[in-house]
Amino acid sequence: MQKVYANANEALDGLLHDGMLIASGGFGLCGIPELLLQAIKDAGTKDLTFASNNAGVDDFGIGILLQTKQVKKMMSSYVGENAEFMRQYLSGELELEFNPQGTLAERMRAGGAGIPGFYTQTGVGTVIAEGKDVKSWNGKDYILEEGIFADLAIVKAWKADETGNAIFRKTARNFNVPAATCGKVCVLEVEEIVPAGSLDPDAIHLPGIYVHRIVQGEHEKRIEQRTTRKREEA
Amino acid sequence: MAWDRNQMAERAAQELEDGMYVNLGIGIPTLVANYVGDKDITLQSENGMLGMGPFPFEGDEDPDLINAGKQTITELRRTAYFDSATSFAMIRGGKIAAAILGAMEVAENGDLANWMIPGKLVKGMGGAMDLVAGVGRVIVVMDHANKHGESKLLKECTLPLTGKGVVDRIITNLGVMDVVEGGLKIVEVAEGVTEEELRAATEATIVN
Repeated sequence: MQKVYANANEALDGLLHDGMLIASGGFGLCGIPELLLQAIKDAGTKDLTFASNNAGVDDFGIGILLQTKQVKKMMSSYVGENAEFMRQYLSGELELEFNPQGTLAERMRAGGAGIPGFYTQTGVGTVIAEGKDVKSWNGKDYILEEGIFADLAIVKAWKADETGNAIFRKTARNFNVPAATCGKVCVLEVEEIVPAGSLDPDAIHLPGIYVHRIVQGEHEKRIEQRTTRKREEA
Repeated sequence: MAWDRNQMAERAAQELEDGMYVNLGIGIPTLVANYVGDKDITLQSENGMLGMGPFPFEGDEDPDLINAGKQTITELRRTAYFDSATSFAMIRGGKIAAAILGAMEVAENGDLANWMIPGKLVKGMGGAMDLVAGVGRVIVVMDHANKHGESKLLKECTLPLTGKGVVDRIITNLGVMDVVEGGLKIVEVAEGVTEEELRAATEATIVN
């Protein structure tokens, strides 16, 4: 089966439809599927719901789809760095479902693992628990959270072979693994496609079974908060 | 006289013991890392890293290596990376010994509010709700009063909660308090602060 596509637009061909739920990897601007987000912008698909920890910044990441008003709803844990997001949210144009970060990750993991719901202590006694089933074990309360089953997952890895076995680099792994698993279809963008056999089978972070299409391309990899120390401090 | 930000961080560092895995929040808690001294502490960053190092030297920034505050950082020889689901599995699973966090309000029953002010910009809770629900010990480091001079240690929180009954210890510029049955118990007062001054600056019930 041929999984490798020539570019991000072709890799998404036939997979996009208005109103769909897309799970996206990335934390802040780190490890986001920047090529696939641009391709979704090019495709003009509308009324999208994104399960994504963050919403990018105004001109990068999911932010570019907010500018074109392609996003109907965000399921996120933190959206602080995006002025256009705030404008649309406060004016009622955009729906927002806050999820505690770990709950969002686990909802994706659960969806990918065929688990429709799970109980967690996170959020008990807060607004997050409103309307959710509560069960007690050993005197502690837990709330029911549902697995996420996305129509499409878009994720970014460092390298993959042609079969989709992928490895990530440092903290760019983040939500990419759980997001990849919870999509009916998963499209992976990488910095480099390597021949099958060149990655250590013991070191694969995301097995190719989860990956349906792969595209390689140049990544900007923008830094959101550049923090450094002076050399003389060493 | 009272503690400044660095002295609060230094005091908070005394809470950490050799061998602990710890998560530090943004703001004053981040400064705690400067005061761990010889203790063998491993810092967790909830975006998927154990063994967080200092900021990189200029020119060595790596866009693939950031902390939960999205700042560029470095790795250590002991560093391990993992995905977000694994990261919060270790948090929820009680593997992280302690979290040191900032707060807007803490109530005398240990309720914590540190993620939203209704009517103001809502940014989100990030990983704070998961951390306070899961880690072994929650230590809050914050100013004793808000910018209007009102106590941030309250009988009941007025802001939406991050967690219910989750705080174990509070370190402010005026001293150290534990959440105990019936209210807060003074553990220590800051240098130059009297117990009476601390009591007077605190709305929450202080028990003996």
